[in-house]
Amino acid sequence: MKYSIFSLARAAFSGHKTWQRTWRDASPKDHYDVVIIGGGGHGLATAWFLASEYGIRNVAVLEKGWIGSGNAGRNTTIIRSNYGLPGNTGFYELSMKLWERMEQDLNYNTMVSQRGVINLYHSDAQRDAYARRGNTMRINGIDAELLDLAAVKKMMPFLNFDNARFPVQGGLLQRRGGTARHDAVVWGYAHAASAIGVDIIQNCEVSGFVRDANGKVTGVETSRGKIGAGKVGMAVAGSSSRVAAMAGLRLPIESHVLQAFVSEAIKPLIPNVMTFGAGHFYVSQSDKGGLVFGGDIDGYNSYAQRGNMPVMEDVCEGGMALLPMIGRVRLLRQWGGIMDMSMDGSPIIDKTPVDGLYLNAGWCYGGFKATPGSGLVFAHLLARDELHKEAARFRLDRFRRGAMIDEKGVGAQPNLH
Amino acid sequence: MRIVCPFCGERELGEFTYLGDAKPVRPAANASEDEVFDYVYLRDNVAGETSEHWYHAGGCRAWLKITRNTLTHEISSVEPAAGVGAAKVGA
Repeated sequence: MKYSIFSLARAAFSGHKTWQRTWRDASPKDHYDVVIIGGGGHGLATAWFLASEYGIRNVAVLEKGWIGSGNAGRNTTIIRSNYGLPGNTGFYELSMKLWERMEQDLNYNTMVSQRGVINLYHSDAQRDAYARRGNTMRINGIDAELLDLAAVKKMMPFLNFDNARFPVQGGLLQRRGGTARHDAVVWGYAHAASAIGVDIIQNCEVSGFVRDANGKVTGVETSRGKIGAGKVGMAVAGSSSRVAAMAGLRLPIESHVLQAFVSEAIKPLIPNVMTFGAGHFYVSQSDKGGLVFGGDIDGYNSYAQRGNMPVMEDVCEGGMALLPMIGRVRLLRQWGGIMDMSMDGSPIIDKTPVDGLYLNAGWCYGGFKATPGSGLVFAHLLARDELHKEAARFRLDRFRRGAMIDEKGVGAQPNLH
Repeated sequence: MRIVCPFCGERELGEFTYLGDAKPVRPAANASEDEVFDYVYLRDNVAGETSEHWYHAGGCRAWLKITRNTLTHEISSVEPAAGVGAAKVGA
């Protein structure tokens, strides 16, 4: 089914009773050229790029629950490419460019909204750090503007500019950043990939790998039977260590819980995505009117998909410091997702030491914005057996080589990234 | 999640700081590169019951060894870890 103004009009005249399912819920075949474990944004995007860019259409995406039921449906929907270190800068800009053409590529409304992302600064030192980051972005052809206090006041007159401890001094703005509808991204990739032959198989939990005499992975054992595969790709961030352990691998990753929050709906207030630079608080407003916000991870290993009160308090304090007027707004929902926190805060996309098994992991809490880029470079790796040039630094062996990509500079302590 | 500190009694989570898995042991000074790499970077990342080092920063400032289930956050034991945590961070 192709979506257009005409299909919308046709359906409208028939009372919207003629819409068909947007993607095909497949049953597993005996063998695929590529099996991707994980039906989140990254796994589905990988399948789409394998089929559309690299011509490999005999592909299955295996999902233990329903597609998008993990972190793809639990994030704060922010997209941006304001990274400062070689390796990250180019990769996230590749992803940003794919966001900009996603709706045309997929024929699906993913509600990409380039409303701008502004990181506020509150001290001279922070201004200098943001100026440096902005310059890094501009040198790499990415848009960035350093705003002074007057410009921020004009853009967001409602902020608390009387905060004596952490005065707002300005901000670093990326106008091309913004938000996208996270569930629609999942459905869009499923829609487009399914239409060109990819099998999306739900309620299919992987319980082990099938290996040949040489140790090569030749398939997976699942709750829906054995499925043979030429290659197997893992895109299961949050559970990467658990799935990799089935192949006898230990990863430089810890699983941590990150909480996110939505307030009751209010009238349009927040025009962009903004972050409070003196704490950790980021917020945008959904089209339904709810304030969508979050902050730090809880800081202890967890697979529980729920967090605790101290971080809720910290996040809300950050919000109150920046926007005291939201103190009367009620919290509507709060939830947690499980992050692959890597040892340097950056992702891992590489072959594993096990032949036939490929890894896409370690997204920390920045995986959503990476969805299209991650899909493209992982598909490239699966199809060509070599790393895409924009993902060449995301190697699994970089920890051993000392080639860390540590944006925060905190070292091998995952809960600090 | 509340933690019953053996010295201070039951306290809220915000008083405690997390170091991580208590299992890795710092290799000897003459250990191989592989052993050091394993210690610094690789983790079991257990889904289930595991022992961890926590620090009671907002209380008695003692290092604690806590057995906790990462699937449920249920804590089954809290013991003093005198010297263990400090040795881990090289203090």
